[in-house]
Parts: sequence; C-alpha cells; structure tokens
Amino acid sequence: MSEIRIIDARDTFCPGPLMELISYMKRASVGDEFELLSTDKGSINDIPEWIKKVGHEMLSSEQVEGVWHIKVRKAK
Amino acid sequence: MRILVVGGGTAGTIVANNLARRLAAETRAGKVRLTMLSASDRHMYQPGLLYVAFGQMTPDQLYRDQASLLEPSIDFHVDPVKQFMLDKNQVRTESGKVHEYDILVIATGSRMVPEETPGMNEGAEFFYTEASAVKMFKRLREFQGGRVAVAVGVPHKCPIAPIEVMFALDDYFKARGIRDKVQLKYYYPIGRIHTIENVATWAKPEFDRLGIEYETLFNIKEVDAKNKILKSEEDIDVEYDLLIVIPQHRGMEVVERDNLGEGGWIPTDRYSLAMKGHDNVYVVGDTTNLPVSKTGSAAHFQAETLSENIASIIKIGAPVKDYDGKVYCFIEAGHERATYAMFNYLNPPDLKPPSKPMHWFKLSYNQMYWTSVRGLL
Repeated sequence: MSEIRIIDARDTFCPGPLMELISYMKRASVGDEFELLSTDKGSINDIPEWIKKVGHEMLSSEQVEGVWHIKVRKAK
Repeated sequence: MRILVVGGGTAGTIVANNLARRLAAETRAGKVRLTMLSASDRHMYQPGLLYVAFGQMTPDQLYRDQASLLEPSIDFHVDPVKQFMLDKNQVRTESGKVHEYDILVIATGSRMVPEETPGMNEGAEFFYTEASAVKMFKRLREFQGGRVAVAVGVPHKCPIAPIEVMFALDDYFKARGIRDKVQLKYYYPIGRIHTIENVATWAKPEFDRLGIEYETLFNIKEVDAKNKILKSEEDIDVEYDLLIVIPQHRGMEVVERDNLGEGGWIPTDRYSLAMKGHDNVYVVGDTTNLPVSKTGSAAHFQAETLSENIASIIKIGAPVKDYDGKVYCFIEAGHERATYAMFNYLNPPDLKPPSKPMHWFKLSYNQMYWTSVRGLL
C-alpha cells in the first residue's frame, strides 16, 4: 500500500477542494490514497458524491477543529 | 546580489520590471544585477485567444516584443532553462550557458496537454494556443448546426473560460442566425456548473434563460473522434457534432524533469511564495502548486507581492507582506455585457449583475494589459 498523501485545499474558492482532488487523482495510480483537507462545508457532500459516481473509494471523513479530513483511494 | 527571473510571461515580466524600478539605485551602483531568461522574444496576451477563437481579434494583436516591455536595466536573454541546479544556485540554459544566482524566481507557467487524453487532438477544438484558436474559429464558421458539446479538463488555466465560451457560442450562433439549429451543452467536472459557488449560482439561471443545457460531475476520459463520441471517467458517453474542450494543463517539462514538482507544479508557500525547502527560490504564476486560479490576474498580484518582498529583503533584510490569495477575473457574459469575480483565500467573490460598461472596461483592459505587464498599472 502506498503512503497516504495530503492535499491541502483549505481556504480556496478556485479551483476549490473537489477540483484539486480530481487533479491529483488523474495523475495517481490505482491504489494511491489521499487525505484532502478542506474548510468548505460543501466538500462533505460533493466529494463522496463524485467518488461514488466515478467508482473510487471513500475511506473516511471527519471534522477536526473546523477542517474536514477526507480520505479516498483511487480504485480504477 | 544576482536576481534571476526564469520565465517571461505575465508573472515573470511584472516581477522583473517591478524589481528594476524598486532597485534602480542599487542596480546603478552595481550592487544588484537583474537577469531574465525566457523561451521567446515575444510576449502573448493569452486572454485574447478567446477572442481569436470567435473572430473578434486576429493573432497579431496579441503580441508585443518582450524586450520592448522590459526596463532597460534588465539583462534579457532568449535562452530557456534546460536544468535547474538548486543545490548549486545555478541554472543551465538551452545554449549551454550556466547562470548563477543569489535569488531565483521561477515563473515558467503552464501548457495545455491535449495529447494526454486519447483522441482529443483529433476530435476536439480548443483555443489555448494561436494555432488552435484560429483552427477553432474556422471550424465554427463552417458549422451549420447540430450538437455542440463543451467539456472541461482538470486542471486548467483560466477557470472562467468555460463559462465565457458558452456565452460566446450563444452570441456567435445568434449572430449567424442559426442558434435554433444548435444544441449547446456544457459538461463540468464537479457537482455544479462552476467551481466558485457564487459564479455557479449566478451562471445557472443565465444558462437556463439562454437554453444552454448542462451536465455536472463529468470528467473527460477519451474522445472517439471517428464516431464523434466523448467518454467520461464516470462512464457516460456523449454524441456530438462539434466538440470544444478546455484541455487539461501541466507545468513545464523542465520542472517535472528536474523533480521540482509533480505535474510541473512546484510546492510553494501560499503566503511568502517561497519554494518549499528553498529560502532563496520563489515561485509565481501558474507554476505554483497553490490552490489558486491559474490566471494572469493571480500571477499579477503574486508578482507585485513578491517583487515588493524581494526588494525589501535586499533593502532592510526582511519581507514586508504576504500574498493573500487575491484574484480578479473579468467574466464576459454575452450580449456585450460583463461582470467580474474578485476574491482571496478567505473572502468569496460577490458577483454583480453583468453590464455593458464592465464589458467595455474588459475591452479596454485588453490594451491596458501592456501597461500592466510593464509593472505600471
């Protein structure tokens, strides 16, 4: 298993957390894992929605001191 | 003190000109030497490519000689960097020359990479280079009606462009009297029609009013050019008669080759703009890995901050300000109207209704850019 990589997308309106995640996922290999940091409350909905639709894997999500930590794995 | 600026686009040019003025006395005294290395002797106003794609500007209007934009004290060479040797404070250029520096500014920019998506070069139109913008305009002229699909790669330069293209297409086909024969449909990577929530909230009713259809959570996977089918990562197939894409982008090859940053984007401190792990190397414009729009506007505000800081480091030994994430983007909204989005790391944009004066201001800015890039505006 590869080491989980952090994507710091806190305090960004453009390109925004999901766009940042997509950018990293496109360059990643199957099995790669990412932990996205987001201060956008929308991330807790739109990231799982996209992950499910495209067929990747949600690992976990939790909010720590106002920051969402969303872990995903590239599955295809 | 040797300051080396690598890259002669918006960010590099503003940094160099701003530094040349702030450090004029030190340069005259021989205490500072400012050098710029660029890949081209010409400077392109890249936002003008959208106008070229719709026949509203010709390519020659987009260029100025780079040397004519620079302060005379800047030692300018058309000799792109082939190798960064950060451990030695040196770069090696295409001609084989080695330049040493005390402070390095990397502003090499980004490039579209349609070749990384199977079938995109063969099956799609785009406008991020002079040749492709002219080709797209000729294709639009020939188009007599059918399904026009506009899809967006990730990451991409100029995040407002996808929205502007839709308004421009609506205007263009109306002007030709064939709008009723054209189905315009927009495909966007995330769950709303623009990544900035307030832009999406404003643009959605505009799309509805103009009869522009849209589908979200759609990421380009490949183009079947022979059968005119666009395929998505989400396993959706779209049939089209004319496909226009915003291709995905990467940083420059030399950045990736020298392992300065994955995808060609260099890890950068979001406030100081210093390259992470290197106190005397700074990164501006598209080259950073910051979660900030890859636009000339972000490059401009970063360049102003950085040049003020480098000058103050030389004068008083410390930087004086942080980059706050500021971006200001015009949004051409069709029907000779425009609005704008201004935001930073902490404050989202507050969009105003589009107006004709804002469109005229944008047209004026297309010329004012040459003042801006000289570091005067």
